[in-house]
Amino acid sequence: MTKTIDLSEQDLRHANRCLQRRDDGTQTEFDVLNPMGAHALAAGLQEAVTVTIHGHVGYYCAGMNQKATVTVHGNAGVGVAENMMSGHVHVTGDASQSAGATGHGGLLVIEGNASSRCGISMKGIDIVVKGSVGHNSAFMAQAGHLVICGDADDGLGDSIYETVIYLRGEAKGLGADCVEKQMDDAHRATLQSLLTKAGVDADPKDFRRYGSARALYNFKIDNVGAY
Amino acid sequence: MTQDTERLRESSLFDRATIADIQRAADQGIYKIRGFGAKRKVPHFDDLVFLGASVSRYPLEGYREACGTDVTLGTRHAEKPLKIDIPITIAGMSFGSLSAQAKEALGRGASEVGTSTTTGDGGMTKEERGHSTKLVYQYLPSRYGMNPDDLRQADAIEVVIGQGAKPGGGGMLLGQKISDRVADMRTLPKDIDQRSACRHPDWTGPDDLEIKIRELREITDWQVPIYVKVGATRTYYDTMLAVKSGADVVVVDGMQGGTGATQECFIEHVGIPTLPAVRLAAEALQELGLHRTGVQLIVSGGIRSGADVAKAIALGADAVSIGTAALIALGDNRPDLAAEYEKLGSAPGFYEDWQAGQDPAGITTQDPELAKRLDPEKAGHRLANYLRVLTLEAQTLARACGKSHVHNLEPEDLQALTIEAAAMAKVPLAGTGWIPGQNF
Repeated sequence: MTKTIDLSEQDLRHANRCLQRRDDGTQTEFDVLNPMGAHALAAGLQEAVTVTIHGHVGYYCAGMNQKATVTVHGNAGVGVAENMMSGHVHVTGDASQSAGATGHGGLLVIEGNASSRCGISMKGIDIVVKGSVGHNSAFMAQAGHLVICGDADDGLGDSIYETVIYLRGEAKGLGADCVEKQMDDAHRATLQSLLTKAGVDADPKDFRRYGSARALYNFKIDNVGAY
Repeated sequence: MTQDTERLRESSLFDRATIADIQRAADQGIYKIRGFGAKRKVPHFDDLVFLGASVSRYPLEGYREACGTDVTLGTRHAEKPLKIDIPITIAGMSFGSLSAQAKEALGRGASEVGTSTTTGDGGMTKEERGHSTKLVYQYLPSRYGMNPDDLRQADAIEVVIGQGAKPGGGGMLLGQKISDRVADMRTLPKDIDQRSACRHPDWTGPDDLEIKIRELREITDWQVPIYVKVGATRTYYDTMLAVKSGADVVVVDGMQGGTGATQECFIEHVGIPTLPAVRLAAEALQELGLHRTGVQLIVSGGIRSGADVAKAIALGADAVSIGTAALIALGDNRPDLAAEYEKLGSAPGFYEDWQAGQDPAGITTQDPELAKRLDPEKAGHRLANYLRVLTLEAQTLARACGKSHVHNLEPEDLQALTIEAAAMAKVPLAGTGWIPGQNF
């Protein structure tokens, strides 16, 4: 049975305690009504619960998520699913800056567009954006995959480490040390798996792969102009 | 050929160290990166003296009357404020910069005397958590090793905006210190020169910080205190804004604060000294009506003795934090390692290459052979001894000023030996009633 939490009647702290199952350890499905842009909603979940949020959310929705499945029927503010460890976060609308920032694991799906710094410093999370991403997405991205079905603004993958970017549209510009790389069958299989998990009907053959040239991994005076 | 040394005249502008720096830059083509902290002389606590008891003040008996040293941190919002027995904490230093043995030793030493130690860039190690009864978890821009499970097992959280050695700069860990374990904890390739971010990836400015702090409280169920740490620059405003953002504790790190690795130009030329910083932060808290009551102030950067501790507290700190001095107490720059320092082109008392990973004391290294030289139990006990001495010295000075708790020390107990220190600490120049910039 689904438990309903109405944020027009309950404050954030009580709502989160409920979603975190600090009060009741048995409930597994939650509907959240009237989020009205609340910040840090469904942050710090640790259990395999299913949370469906009906409306727009503010900053850090599903922040540091572990195991939970969180769906936002609306738009998400800054840092949705930031530092996610595992689980699944799905945004049906657009996402603001720093979506999936520093995430270590799990899957973040954004059906609309994501603003700047999507996947900044990501550390293993997989992010699939059906629309386009803003500037400096995958900045200093360390691990995981960023799939962009639309276009990418300037500075894509700036100072990237080992994250792999798949881009279907055009990149306005690549950041320092980010280069296009060859795409073979293994990469297409990985991408197909991510697209399937995200529920995206797209052909991996239409994507290009980007990653680190690894030229800036160590300080070399010859590279000083690249920084 | 014998030189006539009396005829040699060294330039004050181009002294031998400056000439060597220019020659090194010309040879290597890259800025100098080193550890330790600022080496230039700046106005400091040495430039202040306590007035002690007199006809108008009477002291407490040194060995009979109690002088409290306990501090409670995080009384503003946390369900479980952090209580420490002495007003000295161990500052954040990363596993990566330091060996696992050194981190364990810091935890052991701090725990032995009832105070806290702090993680650093790179996350929490099991050695550190296991041997620290009170552990502060740093939340840094890089978010290396950032894990909500570790966050929940911390006794406090410190949101790091900057540090005194490099306000405005990010961390640095050179490839020679990126061992398999460090690389794994930071999700980075081995052997790279790792550059930590200098800005948090998902917030900018005090309004965002307020929301970020709220998120951290929601994740930790409002149980533990949240500190905000800044490098000393615009300290008055930073303190105000940290409080506005919801901080329980403000940590201000002066320019003398140490670092594992940073560009030397940063270490020596960015930030303000600890002396004015403590006063500015305290004034901000006083203006907000929260000094000694709602928000606690921790000050770091060049704390070496109990006199420094007492003076920082008299100027308004609730506690101080030590980093460089703690490493020295563990065994850094030990005289008996002279031969090994010499091989590295250094000497005891001068060793600053904490970035290089070749530390013969086994502290600032990831080389397993060097690291195992440090016995965490013995080193931890040395640190505990040192912390006890600092506490005893601070108590001695407080009693001499007639104070039954170190927190009863106040600026009125101090006078300055130099005009600069008087202006920065806002206490009178000794023997006068003059505070430069005030009472014209």
